[in-house]
Amino acid sequence: MGSPAVTSERPPYGRAPTRARVFAGAALGLAIVGGLVAAARSQETGNGFLAFFCLSLPLAIASLLYGRHAETLVVDVDGDEADEAVARSARRIAVAAIVTSAALTLGLGIWSAWNGLQDVGDTFFSWQHIKESFPDVAEGFWLNIQIFVIAEALVLVWGLVVATMRRSQGRASAPLRWFAIAYVDVFRGLPAIITIYLVGFGLPLTSLPVVSNPDLSIDIGPIHLDQLACLGILALTLVYGAYVAEVYRSGIESIHWSQDAAARGIGLSRGQSLRFVVVPQAIRRVVPPLMNDFIGLQKDTALLNLLGVLEGFNIARIYAGNSFNLSAVTGLGICFLVITIPMTRAADYLVKRDQKRLQASAG
Amino acid sequence: MALVEARGVVKRFGDNTVLAGVNLDVDAHEVVALIGASGSGKSTLLRCINGLEAMNAGTIRVDGRSVLQDDIKLNRLRRDVGIVFQAYNLFPHMSVLDNVTLGPRKVLKLSKADADERARWLLERIGLAEKADAYPDRLSGGQQQRVAIVRAMAMRPKLLLLDEITSALDPELVNEVLEMVTELAHEGMTMILATHEMAFARDVAHKVCFLHQGEILEEGPPSEIFTAPRLERTAEFLRRTLEAGNR
Repeated sequence: MGSPAVTSERPPYGRAPTRARVFAGAALGLAIVGGLVAAARSQETGNGFLAFFCLSLPLAIASLLYGRHAETLVVDVDGDEADEAVARSARRIAVAAIVTSAALTLGLGIWSAWNGLQDVGDTFFSWQHIKESFPDVAEGFWLNIQIFVIAEALVLVWGLVVATMRRSQGRASAPLRWFAIAYVDVFRGLPAIITIYLVGFGLPLTSLPVVSNPDLSIDIGPIHLDQLACLGILALTLVYGAYVAEVYRSGIESIHWSQDAAARGIGLSRGQSLRFVVVPQAIRRVVPPLMNDFIGLQKDTALLNLLGVLEGFNIARIYAGNSFNLSAVTGLGICFLVITIPMTRAADYLVKRDQKRLQASAG
Repeated sequence: MALVEARGVVKRFGDNTVLAGVNLDVDAHEVVALIGASGSGKSTLLRCINGLEAMNAGTIRVDGRSVLQDDIKLNRLRRDVGIVFQAYNLFPHMSVLDNVTLGPRKVLKLSKADADERARWLLERIGLAEKADAYPDRLSGGQQQRVAIVRAMAMRPKLLLLDEITSALDPELVNEVLEMVTELAHEGMTMILATHEMAFARDVAHKVCFLHQGEILEEGPPSEIFTAPRLERTAEFLRRTLEAGNR
């Protein structure tokens, strides 16, 4: 049993608030002093700020945690308001210490690595090189666009065909099911670049009709594609058709069987039920994963540079090689982002609008 | 000849025999109520009659057509046999009007104008004309179920199967659906309904069949079944249902 006289003088949290404030003050002081020292040292060694970072930021964070702990102790027993204020000020000082040390660390980091960062800017983001290469790169990127527009249209149809084959019923259509399963297994399992290589270089060597014809081309409106690009489209369609078929299948299987029962119940055939009732609902559900695969396909058009197709990446690469500067490739990267980012946003918007319309509560 | 003739219908799910040799005759313009505990096979029997479920043995003939597992023949048969489900099963991606006209347009090959006109007339009759362009989620359960009945009626079926159509409804919405069915009965629609609503079965049905463990144990006019059942089992079922209803 301790002496009652002592415990009545001191609240149960003891000196925790004062201690927290001293701790936080020390952390702030160290951040400032350490920052100055590190700034001095950084001119000698170039990375003296690292030592500073190792000490000051964790200390400041620890002092914040201790300040919170102290404040909790005070509040828990409804302690003295003055002590509460001290604990709160400890917390504020700790936050100031964190901000100061983080800002100083960042500033020193940039300062000491300034030359390196300038090189990064010159190598990847040279405005001059981007500007010079842009007309050629943009022309190449136009080919990427043509390729993925055609490939996406084909993939949408082909994926649905494969998904339908896989879901076909009855003994007569067993070969269709087997084909669909084997196709998806193979082309989803193969690296895309191998499929592209085999299709692009292999098929012209065969005597197969259409694909081995060197005059093979696609001309629709503004779209003009030669044999190599056509084979590239074929390869991308084979790869992404497998993915999209699975996306469709998961969507179709997510529709409750009672929807099909209701459709068959009013006399619709199996095909009509799929077409008018099941697939329309399934597609609404799979728009987001479908968009994922489309973006993947758009990016993978750059793989066709392997075949020697003069698409954006190939041209940017040639430009980068000649100028010893990668900015042309960065420019192409920006081109891709300009297409893919708005696309995901648009898809999100469509999905949200659809959900709102379907799930509007009874009015 | 009866409109529906079921003979020795057997249906198994794995080892579980759901229908153990059911015989049933339904004449044109007759309303038949199937009563019995959950799992007695009422719903399965309805689903066998329009071929949604394949039988293991027995025969069913509807209007002279045999219900066989032949896709093309079944599609033809289902034009004449409407079915309404417990959970409505409206198509959520279509407006009420499109729900009702899908069958007439795609199966009966009516023009859109003709199908729309007939659908609007049917919706008008049940007081849901102003909901024609709404989506099903905006409707109450009772409204959805009435639209589901209209969807079936738009095909001008010879036979209507109603599978516990009020079981999923809030009690205050049950009446609007039952009134609609009563009206159909007065117009001479042939119907087979699986139901737990005994009072409704007594008022609207010409014949009541009591199913127990996949067999029709007793059948007869409602006056007979509900007041003087021959079998102890039937009496017990009715007693228990009545108690549950009064609780």
